Amino acid sequence: MTRQRGDVVVETRDLCMHFGGVRAVDQVDFTLFDRELRCLIGPNGAGKSTFFKCLTGQLVPTSGEVLIRGQEMTGAEPFQVASLGVGIKTQVPNVFDGLSAEENIWLSARRWHGDARARVLTAETIERLKLGDIRRTLVGRLAHGQRQWVELGMVVAAEPWLVLLDEPAAGMTHEETYRTAELIEEINKTSALIVVEHDMQFIRMISRTVTLFHEGRILMQDTMEAISADKRAREVYLGHRA
Amino acid sequence: MNSGMLRQMRPTFVYALLGVIFMFAAPSVLQLFTIINLTTAIALAVLALSLALIWGYGGILCFGQVAFFGLGAYVYTISAINFGGSTWAILMAVLVTSAFAAALGYFIFYGRVSDVYLGVITLTVTLIFFSLIRRTSGPEYKIGNALLGGFNGVSSPPINLPWNPTSFLFPEQVFYVAMAALILCYVFAGWLVNTKFGRVCVAIRENELRAELLGYDIRAYKLGIFTIGAGIAAIGGVLFCNGVGRITPDVFNLYNAALTIIWVIVGGRGTLIGPVGATFALFYLTSALGGQTVLNNNLVLGVILIIFVLLVPKGVAPTIIDWVNARRKKAPTRARRRRGSRAEGTQ
Repeated sequence: MTRQRGDVVVETRDLCMHFGGVRAVDQVDFTLFDRELRCLIGPNGAGKSTFFKCLTGQLVPTSGEVLIRGQEMTGAEPFQVASLGVGIKTQVPNVFDGLSAEENIWLSARRWHGDARARVLTAETIERLKLGDIRRTLVGRLAHGQRQWVELGMVVAAEPWLVLLDEPAAGMTHEETYRTAELIEEINKTSALIVVEHDMQFIRMISRTVTLFHEGRILMQDTMEAISADKRAREVYLGHRA
Repeated sequence: MNSGMLRQMRPTFVYALLGVIFMFAAPSVLQLFTIINLTTAIALAVLALSLALIWGYGGILCFGQVAFFGLGAYVYTISAINFGGSTWAILMAVLVTSAFAAALGYFIFYGRVSDVYLGVITLTVTLIFFSLIRRTSGPEYKIGNALLGGFNGVSSPPINLPWNPTSFLFPEQVFYVAMAALILCYVFAGWLVNTKFGRVCVAIRENELRAELLGYDIRAYKLGIFTIGAGIAAIGGVLFCNGVGRITPDVFNLYNAALTIIWVIVGGRGTLIGPVGATFALFYLTSALGGQTVLNNNLVLGVILIIFVLLVPKGVAPTIIDWVNARRKKAPTRARRRRGSRAEGTQ
């Protein structure tokens, strides 16, 4: 299937995720276009991460639909979502602690390619993310920021056309955050992205369009500047920070 | 098989070679009684190897690995009696046991049963076999020509030359067969954990969600390694009933189920040679303890387990490997640069 800028790649229709009486995600209609970079923001408990987990198959929504590139993926298994060519990074780093950084990345590349090509891709990814010094180190021994980078490396090595990142800059130093923003810009040249983030400075670095969640619903969707200027948005989210 | 994999498998080949040397040297050095005893130990080592594979590499804590071992032994015995020869019986034992494990595993893994319940389910299956077969002492319980014999069990026809049912193997020859089977299973398992399939299984052990988010269907991989493990355990079962000469439902009891776990804990998870070595060591320790009356056998085994869990939690083989690696690191030699790129090879 040929892709064109402007194609809808992710769509949710009337998506609801209820936990008992709590409406974590409530009637969300969301659209992402190809090669778009979208940030999801909102206060704690706004439903961003729950929404994210519904997209990645980690949660089965109560009702509504998730479509990825036109394909019905509601309630699919996470591996089925990933098998479409979607790169996913979770909030808490999910890495293979007992394996080296290199093998972590190799396992990602090997999903899509033969052994020889997977090795080339692994070497390229390590170079690109500057992980050369830690490639032989067990990931369980690395610092939090480095583990985040190994996980980003796994996402990149699979050459995804859609990337879903849940708080990629969490726990990173300023320098690492800056590099992450650069990497996201680079990924965006070839893929669409959804980034869930808390760090406002980080969002200003990367954002084009921002979707603001509040109490399980989309409150508004606009540029970061417009959201910063909006009175309602400031009340629910930015007000208590500024 | 590429050069990287050959390098990873070097320790496997070294241990296999030692095994071959032992196989040809032992009968000329040891007495026949010891050789017959060894055959039983080898059979148990194959069982330990199968658990080392699925627990140590697949992360599946199967508390009832002995169920597949016993099932393999029973299927072999019953088939050998009915077919009047061992050739197809061995094949039947492996196939029926694998099919049974695949069916059981399908419900466990595709139903996303979590680790603890997997242990409970597999142990329960083992104990069901135990109770069921114990109650089959009447003459009405027969499969073909084979009486199941209740808790007295069935005597197992010895292995014969392929497609030659009249030429039974002597105990010494059964030893050769058992040792060859152990070596082949060991090399096979060592190869398997270095293939893509094996590396993905290790990844699943490390982090299921991540493996799944990379696009691997973890249910299929777990089912695959579980089924292969059951097949290897069945080979162990075939050897076991040949070494002992009969098979009884006691093979399914709680003691044996726990013992298998102990071998792997003592030998070390994440290695294959460790549990195999631990099985031989503990088998001979148990035999030695059987000859004295001062200490209770089970008490000593229990103490050993507690010592290992507390003091050598990783098991013998990984502890030795860590120690050797730490020493190598201190001395900046070429050996360090030559170490493989992967964090763990097959030891």
